[in-house]
Amino acid sequence: MSENILDINDLRTSFFVEGNEIKAVDGVTFQVPKGKTLGIVGESGSGKSISALSILQLIDDPGKIVGGSIRFKDEELTTAKGSRMRNIRGNEISMIFQEPMTSLNPVYTIGQQLREAYKIHQGLGKREGTKRAIEMLELVGIPSPEKRVDQYPYELSGGMRQRVMIAMALACKPELLIADEPTTALDVTIQAQILELIKNLQEEIGMSVVMITHDLGVVAETCDYVAVMYCGKVVEFADIETLFENPRHPYTVGLLNSLPRHDIDQDELVPIKGSVPAPDEMPSGCRFAPRCPHASDICRELPELETQEDGNDVRCWIYTEQWDGEKGVKVYDNETTS
Amino acid sequence: MTTKQLLKVENLKQYFPIKGGFLGRTVNHVKAVDDISFTLNKGETLSVVGESGCGKSTTGRAILRLDEPTEGTVEFDGQDVLGLSKAEMRKMRSDMQIIFQDPYASLNPRKTVRQTLNEAMEIQSVVPKRERNDKIIELMETVGLQKHQIDRFPHEFSGGQRQRIGIARALSVNPKLIICDEAVSALDVSIQAQVLNLLKRLQSEMDLTFLFIAHDLGVVRHISDRIIVMYLGKIVEMGETKSIFENPQHPYTKALLSAIPVPNPKKKSERIFLRGDVPSPIDPPSGCRFHTRCPFATDKCREETPVLEAKDEIYEGKHTVACHYALDIQAGKHEAKYEMTNVRKALNE
Repeated sequence: MSENILDINDLRTSFFVEGNEIKAVDGVTFQVPKGKTLGIVGESGSGKSISALSILQLIDDPGKIVGGSIRFKDEELTTAKGSRMRNIRGNEISMIFQEPMTSLNPVYTIGQQLREAYKIHQGLGKREGTKRAIEMLELVGIPSPEKRVDQYPYELSGGMRQRVMIAMALACKPELLIADEPTTALDVTIQAQILELIKNLQEEIGMSVVMITHDLGVVAETCDYVAVMYCGKVVEFADIETLFENPRHPYTVGLLNSLPRHDIDQDELVPIKGSVPAPDEMPSGCRFAPRCPHASDICRELPELETQEDGNDVRCWIYTEQWDGEKGVKVYDNETTS
Repeated sequence: MTTKQLLKVENLKQYFPIKGGFLGRTVNHVKAVDDISFTLNKGETLSVVGESGCGKSTTGRAILRLDEPTEGTVEFDGQDVLGLSKAEMRKMRSDMQIIFQDPYASLNPRKTVRQTLNEAMEIQSVVPKRERNDKIIELMETVGLQKHQIDRFPHEFSGGQRQRIGIARALSVNPKLIICDEAVSALDVSIQAQVLNLLKRLQSEMDLTFLFIAHDLGVVRHISDRIIVMYLGKIVEMGETKSIFENPQHPYTKALLSAIPVPNPKKKSERIFLRGDVPSPIDPPSGCRFHTRCPFATDKCREETPVLEAKDEIYEGKHTVACHYALDIQAGKHEAKYEMTNVRKALNE
């Protein structure tokens, strides 16, 4: 086993609204092996973005990390001081967001924003900073970088802005990059450029990546390991091949079954029935039980995330000794490819 | 089997004026849709795909005259749509309905499901007043909503349920054609599958015709009979679904298909990276509009606009493409000018 750069254990982040506690992240456990890419998948509201923001302590009021641990290179981040976190952000862990326009400051040029990062983190002056900025823009494939460096964000296209964000995030060669839906707002041809770019840069710098996405195609192409989230919990953690070939959790299977594919012919999609429960109607047992085709009496109690013989984890009663129903789930047939 | 033509679009153009200058005169145009023609047969699903700004949504809106087209003809069931008066057009819309992407923005937040559906039927007067309540309940059941939700407001529903209300509203006036403008794009994949299955079921039960506007090619492959690929306001390729996916002809279609991530970690496809971004539709490139990003482009592509035509007898004219070199590229006689499988090279070009 390779060592883990990030080890998250039973992380809990809640939002306190009008006296109610909304558990956005409710016991999340996963590891990111050094130099690898971990994907976090899940639908809207599953808590994947909040998990990522928690890592960098970017949760604002009324949100709060209420429990669990986040270990980054054997350092506990949940109790780290503000000054230490500022040092980590951008230097050791960087983040890119979904919407590059709102993450860039519209009144400063690209060069000014990149220079700021170099000044804060590496103490570079204006001339050196500009030189580095141009190098970085070239690295992320922006044509005529010496011209672009003096332009404002609005003068750039969406794909270019996202590349600027990547340049900024990688300015200090971080050890861990958190990419929160980095390509969701982009067209597929631009998405292909960005994903390939992240992959290339990862190999060059040797960084680890946490890729948050709802797109199983993106996961299959970029990730080594995957954590599937549902209603604030990790329901399955597996290496990429196992996840697609031998998915265990009924939710993972449901996701794969309902995915319309462009690469194969399908007769029918098999959707998951119902919809995600509202936070105030959250079942106390398995969160997925009301929508699960296999649900049984025991599912009224919450199963644990348990490690299977192949080292992957699943949170489902079917894989425990207490299960009395039919063993196994109806597995998605991935081999009917044309 | 004879197929009946339901919709015929010819030489449709949609230019939006750009006002500017001292007197607010029209200084230029955004050529959102620039001279496209196609037909849609009864009972079929035709999809229009392409990236942002290619004109796919504008096409849908122009057909319904939600934006008045600049030029061209639209024929629906043999009737000239663009020549109708406002009152006649309103009547015509009971045959042609549209479902939008964002169900929250397209439903009146102050109206319940009952009021929303009632309003649609009242405007089109398709159902006598006393039968409307039964019809509303029937519609709700058809789209998978519960009878007891009839007096609820849009905010009380989830995204998928709201989209079902949008579908029920479109169905309430017994349309023949439904234009689905990114109707499932905003939905999570598990809910998206529910809505897609619903649309398919409704189509076979009610003999509906769909014009399906989407950017997700997985969804498109699943639902369509035929596909139109658009780029910068023009149709670059049109054909049957299987033929487009398995034998794409246009370099843009090929790049588009290769760019989609495949949800199978064992299948790593050779990817074609396009350089740069889509040019502005205000001053689109001359000749073939794709030439600025096309690795196969020559001087001819910069000067002559290619015609959308069948290149290969095998498809009996059913698969058409607008590219000067489609056949030569296929035969390996016309090679790419630069490497397309390396992202850095493609981007820094």
